[in-house]
Amino acid sequence: MIRYIYGDELLKHERLAQGMFRDRAEQFKRRQGWDVTVDTNGEERDDYDALNPLYVIWERPDGTHGGSMRFLPTVGQTMVNDHFLHLTEGVRIASPVIWECTRFCLAPGGGARVSAALMLAGGEIMRNFGIEHFVGVFDRRMVHIYRAIGASPEVLGTSGTGPDQISVGLWAFSESARRKVARQAGVSELISDHWFRRSFGGNSIELALSA
Amino acid sequence: MLEEFINRMERAETRDDLTELTFFLRDHYGIAHVIYHWVNSDGEQYGAGTYPVEWAKHYIDSGYLRTDPVVQGCFQRFHPVEWKRLDWSSKAARKMMEEAVQFGIGHQGYSIPLRGPAGQFALFTMNDTCDDAAWAAFTTENVRDLMLIAHYFNQKALTFEPDRGESVPPPLSPRESEALTYLALGYSRAQVAELISISEHTLRVYVESARFKLGAMNTTHAVARALSMGVIVV
Repeated sequence: MIRYIYGDELLKHERLAQGMFRDRAEQFKRRQGWDVTVDTNGEERDDYDALNPLYVIWERPDGTHGGSMRFLPTVGQTMVNDHFLHLTEGVRIASPVIWECTRFCLAPGGGARVSAALMLAGGEIMRNFGIEHFVGVFDRRMVHIYRAIGASPEVLGTSGTGPDQISVGLWAFSESARRKVARQAGVSELISDHWFRRSFGGNSIELALSA
Repeated sequence: MLEEFINRMERAETRDDLTELTFFLRDHYGIAHVIYHWVNSDGEQYGAGTYPVEWAKHYIDSGYLRTDPVVQGCFQRFHPVEWKRLDWSSKAARKMMEEAVQFGIGHQGYSIPLRGPAGQFALFTMNDTCDDAAWAAFTTENVRDLMLIAHYFNQKALTFEPDRGESVPPPLSPRESEALTYLALGYSRAQVAELISISEHTLRVYVESARFKLGAMNTTHAVARALSMGVIVV
């Protein structure tokens, strides 16, 4: 299932949070060789985790972390604006209707279904919060994953080659894309809506039935 | 209409001017209330809004800042918050709402949390007495504009803070200026995208970004403001 959790709420989801930060270490440090900081507990965190971001996490049936991503508003501090202006032709992307999405991570063994479920969750954020675009940094490995689930970003700029290739991309989300990733994820749109409403409060059953 | 709001916002020099702007927005949207509620890290607060002053006084005297589920539910958040989704189950919260209704406050609310420097926190709230369906239709239709308006309100309010000085909008990058210049010259989006060799989608985001920096509500308005501020020259 998908959970939407702000940084200050991670304490209530200790196991899930630990799994997420450890799987991030596994993915970004060991597999992708990024220059990221891993602490003595084997957890990867950066400065943006300290800004109380919104995490979207795929929780497996056994309660462990299956995949995740992290959102911050672009009107505040973002990774793209702080470090990757050379990939956006110097354009500092800042708007209340654009959020930054970073640290898209899959637990070992996490496949296209989990990626698609996360994308579907991104769509819920856009639909419900009036967000028009996500902007984010990704490496070459992710290109195939995004393509496989039919959620390829528009690439604003790329640097490096081969495994060192890194890009800034832009996502929009149409209703047809939503149906497609929902199919890929094997999650009905009603269930996706339910998960969203459960995280953000409200009577999900009643709202789902009246939708 | 919203351009007039921006123009008035630009001329605003005091908190009273901000209050007048909330009345302007209330009438524009035809809803019961519009409120900008500001809290700093020391718990100091002020409001600019259409609520009756008696309610504002009662709210402060009763210490409702600590009870209010809207404040609790928006603090440390950055997504727009629908009041119905908040936890109103406590006795204190229900009592507060019952009293609010007696002062003419609606039970429907939509609040946009805003973060500023040095622990400043603000809420921009729309409020009404209509039914759920009408309220959902209103927020869905206007969420994008409301997000922009809320941020412009906060930016303006921050300039009134001591030691902040006049906030200068960040300059546009050459790419953003280029895009706006071609738009000002009357080229279509498709033509501009082709001229500067980017996709229409990328262009949309560059224009969106420039629009926010210029304090504009839409592309046409952004172009007009860029011209009048001398940011672009055609």
